[in-house]
Amino acid sequence: MRRDAQAVILLLVGGGMLRLAWTGDYLNYVKPYAFWLIVPAGIVLIAVAAITGWNSWRAKREADDGHGHHGEPKVAWLLLAPVVGMLLVAPDALGSYEAERTGTVVGAEENRSTYPELPDDVDPVPLTLLDYAARAIFDEGQTLEGHRIQLRGFILYEGDEPQLARMVVSCCAADARPVKIGFEGELPADLEQDQWVEVIGEYTTRQGRDEINGELVPYIEVESITNIPTPENEYQ
Amino acid sequence: MPHNGSVSAELAKPETPAETSATPAPPRRRGLTSIEALALLLIFGLTARPGLTEIFAAPAAQAWSARFVAVCVQAFPFLVLGVVLSAAIAAFVPAGFFHKVVPKRTALAVPVAGVAGAVLPACECASVPVAGALVRRGVAPAAAFTFMLASPAINPIVVVSTFVAFPGNPEMVYARVAASLAAAIGIGWLWARLGKTEWLNLPKHRHHDDGKWAALWSGIRHDFLHAGGYLVIGAAIAASLNTLVPETWLQPIADHPVLGVLALAVLAVLVSICSESDAFVAASLTQFSPTAKLAFMVVGPFIDVKLAAMQAGTFGRRFAFRFAPTAFVAAVAASALMGVVLL
Repeated sequence: MRRDAQAVILLLVGGGMLRLAWTGDYLNYVKPYAFWLIVPAGIVLIAVAAITGWNSWRAKREADDGHGHHGEPKVAWLLLAPVVGMLLVAPDALGSYEAERTGTVVGAEENRSTYPELPDDVDPVPLTLLDYAARAIFDEGQTLEGHRIQLRGFILYEGDEPQLARMVVSCCAADARPVKIGFEGELPADLEQDQWVEVIGEYTTRQGRDEINGELVPYIEVESITNIPTPENEYQ
Repeated sequence: MPHNGSVSAELAKPETPAETSATPAPPRRRGLTSIEALALLLIFGLTARPGLTEIFAAPAAQAWSARFVAVCVQAFPFLVLGVVLSAAIAAFVPAGFFHKVVPKRTALAVPVAGVAGAVLPACECASVPVAGALVRRGVAPAAAFTFMLASPAINPIVVVSTFVAFPGNPEMVYARVAASLAAAIGIGWLWARLGKTEWLNLPKHRHHDDGKWAALWSGIRHDFLHAGGYLVIGAAIAASLNTLVPETWLQPIADHPVLGVLALAVLAVLVSICSESDAFVAASLTQFSPTAKLAFMVVGPFIDVKLAAMQAGTFGRRFAFRFAPTAFVAAVAASALMGVVLL
């Protein structure tokens, strides 16, 4: 592979990463903090691409020795695959397709011995699905009693039964796993798969089992379900 | 992604002039030069974009490509850090430096290198190119490999993230550090006794007369393109396994004490999670025993599909065929031992 081709590949990889950071699409793949990793790395790659391109242009003007033609890594061509992925395909964040096939996760924080009390002056209290599930399962809902809870996630159908789900990411989307919460009570009839909703409700002792991994699935007593636009960061 | 290869084969007709080239290709060369092939690929990619989006609209393809891009986007910054460090070592550290700092006797150099691994605050994508640079700079391979294995497992970021992932369970942190260090040192000593230099096939760096900075930029460019290409292979395999292997297969295995440990060790190899976050994934595998979770965290930074591909690229295939199974066995043995002693 020639030097100028290498420079273009470096430019595409670095540029693709900076574009993800610029548009905010990086949140479909990695955690928010990764912004501070992606941006410097992209700048370094673009700088290396610029220097490589400049050197190969200058070398050609001075002496047409065509150096760097042999023995350079052929495997570098494969770097075009993530470039196609980042710039052309730009896949959406993982959603119901994954959640249907993966068992619910009850979280790394299960061993926490105490759960902080929820604030009394906020109503309803916004919680992450993971936090709600952990409080419901490992703390038997003690800190949830007497509060109206607000949860945000997407609708997932397990058979005929709609559930609230959200993907939890610990590193990047490759390890995304769903948290699932069941609904108790009257539901609107038109809940569509993948629709993002805000659920307001109260803790209920009812629990179910995930069919895939047998983990406990807590339920929520539904007061209202409102459709909301897809959030910027779909993971938690 | 196979379509890239087939695309370049289909379009191997040197008709369209290279648009991205700074100067036209020298006329004496016949056939397609790489810059022309690249330009053709780019034009094809842009014109075929609606078709690409259609192909990747299927949910399984979306999930696969999201995972693939995710692994790449997460790993590239650490790879950049690693290749910048390794190129800086190659360009700025004088050849005699490591001879002075690293103990002469390999038996002693190995544990020193293992503990020194704690200073590189990055995951395994960074440590592979750094180890390659150390070997080229004259460090005994045994010590460099111990550094490469220990560093992603015992550096401060990983220790803190393990601590956070297992709250109220600090023995998990001690067990992880102890098992990783023991296995890394064991492999270093094993290499010192049995390893053969001819297994190694280090890609040569060209000598640069233009000075240290030219060597730095050239090193970064070469190492990134090289290791990055192999990282892409690993990312594709990891994304495929994560998307295709149903989780239900794991359930019956989790309940068995020995099979559970082996299962999570194999899972660590297959899913190729970055060592800075594997503790969170391990903690979420609640069906498994603590020793099995420990094996997941010790094996992952030692060997996984992405690392095996990168090691094959950095040190040669003959090396990787021998090193990968050894690292796996050593990591499983060390975690089983520490699991019995500490957990």
